[in-house]
Amino acid sequence: MGKTLAEKILSDKSHGDAKAGDIVVADVDLVFVQDITGPLAIKQFKEIGFGSIAKAQRAIIFLDHAAPSPHRQLSNDHRFLRAFAKESGCFLYEVGSGVCHQLVAENLANPGDMIVGSDSHTVTAGALGAFATGMGSSDAAVALALGKTWLRVPESLLIILDGAFPKGVDAKDLILYLIGQIGAQGATHKALEFSGQALACLSMSQRLTIANMAVDAGAQVGLFPSDDVTSEFLVSQSRGDSYKPLHPATDAEYQQAIHLNLARIEPMVSLPHSVDNVVPVTEAKGVEIQQVFMGTCTNGRLEDLAIAAGILQGRKRHPDTRLLIAPASRQVLAQAIDKGYISSLVESGGVILPPGCAACLGLHQGVLGDGEACLSTANRNFKGRMGNPEAMIYLASPATAAASAIRGEITDPREAM
Amino acid sequence: MANTVLRGRAIKVGDNISTDLIIPGRFAHLRSNLPELAKHVLEDTLPTFTSELSQGDFLVAGENFGLGSSREHAAIVIKMSGVGAILAKSVAHIFFRNAINHGLPVLLCDTDRISDGNELEIDLTDFSIINLTSGVRLSCNEISPLMSAILEEGGLIPYIRKHRDFEL
Repeated sequence: MGKTLAEKILSDKSHGDAKAGDIVVADVDLVFVQDITGPLAIKQFKEIGFGSIAKAQRAIIFLDHAAPSPHRQLSNDHRFLRAFAKESGCFLYEVGSGVCHQLVAENLANPGDMIVGSDSHTVTAGALGAFATGMGSSDAAVALALGKTWLRVPESLLIILDGAFPKGVDAKDLILYLIGQIGAQGATHKALEFSGQALACLSMSQRLTIANMAVDAGAQVGLFPSDDVTSEFLVSQSRGDSYKPLHPATDAEYQQAIHLNLARIEPMVSLPHSVDNVVPVTEAKGVEIQQVFMGTCTNGRLEDLAIAAGILQGRKRHPDTRLLIAPASRQVLAQAIDKGYISSLVESGGVILPPGCAACLGLHQGVLGDGEACLSTANRNFKGRMGNPEAMIYLASPATAAASAIRGEITDPREAM
Repeated sequence: MANTVLRGRAIKVGDNISTDLIIPGRFAHLRSNLPELAKHVLEDTLPTFTSELSQGDFLVAGENFGLGSSREHAAIVIKMSGVGAILAKSVAHIFFRNAINHGLPVLLCDTDRISDGNELEIDLTDFSIINLTSGVRLSCNEISPLMSAILEEGGLIPYIRKHRDFEL
């Protein structure tokens, strides 16, 4: 029996024959921490007492979650991380560089890599064919010290994608639809592996959106094969040498196969307070929204801003609806300025936030008031997520977010295009 | 591990308790001050949790406990509050590792057979649970030998300090 993508990568990284269910110790190519899991990871690393970080891997620190810092204690956490970066030789991405997962995709992740990040959405880099998985600070600390981690090789669910998206429907709607179907624990401990004819038409930006939310179905990893789209993306990032093709065996064994026809997907909305509480936008229409938040590792890329700017150009946000936009990285911001998207968004009444996690997790830059509702392009709508347990969070695509910002209520983007 | 038989009272919570509910992001500035952070454990879903809990009580949950963010602080503040073990029908992947990595036992069982306030006895040598209030004996999913070894050492960092590597 041939191997799934997960089994192939973990066989390579564990120098053995890894099959679903095996416990393996795998070499780590890239380990990273961010500013609110990093301080604990570094303290744990120091506690282990190995002194220096393992040589064979790359180790990176990102300041993105509280960036710029809104709090004295968080500023001191940043100081601690900067000092560690200097003494250890870890590269540090400063405040304003962007969200860790976007920077990993742009600059660091390679097909076939084993990536450990102390952030659950580390799975985003699965879009490039990397076994990228989120862990806690202690596991990241051990990966820093040993250059290795342990894993249970996951069973894989095969998600077969056919057809093409109708107008107004995009990758976010697809992944929300899938999570709505299989549930927030539908893939717990497992791998999602994406395949099918539609892959050839899914851009890297769309793949990143889909892989990003694999963890919100419970998955350990969400893997795309490495193909021409991967190659073109790496070339566009001046990293063409990192490309290698990677596909599962044709006779690989999957626990389950799920067929999705993109042509049948509608714009979807995830209702409060769980990500799998998903309905078509037609069933959520009319809910008044006080804040639209566009950005994050899920939907803060250039293609997302292009869609939003296309809808908002020459129009204004609703006077009772704030519009917050956080580009996912400095590169995205610079390109969005060049293309005129930022002008359109600003003229429509949008507030441009610095590249980073911004309002996503309730630390700063858009904390909600009691009873307020936010339509967000992020990946989580848990109670309290955006800083206030008395607020409601709806998740949707950039197109739905832009259309809703104009009307001040949840709006079917197909009516605004 | 010093004590393999644990006794305590069940404190029940529902399904889908996210790490945002366990310790919200708005307290991220307290993450380098764990005793202060721990005061806020579960406050958005069970405000009486810290005041009613006695040392060694068990946190008994439904499906998909600990979903969401990888913040290890969620497992740490539950342990700091005095919880002896987490029992749930299912537990999210990252949280499961984080709890074991801090020496906090996690047992998967049919928690519908446990009511709030029930007295429980857990034997960690065979992962068995007796509900002393109802007399019902519950079976649990075993954990892998490596996770078991990490738990026995009191967590991942003490395990690595002792073994200097993973031993399969």
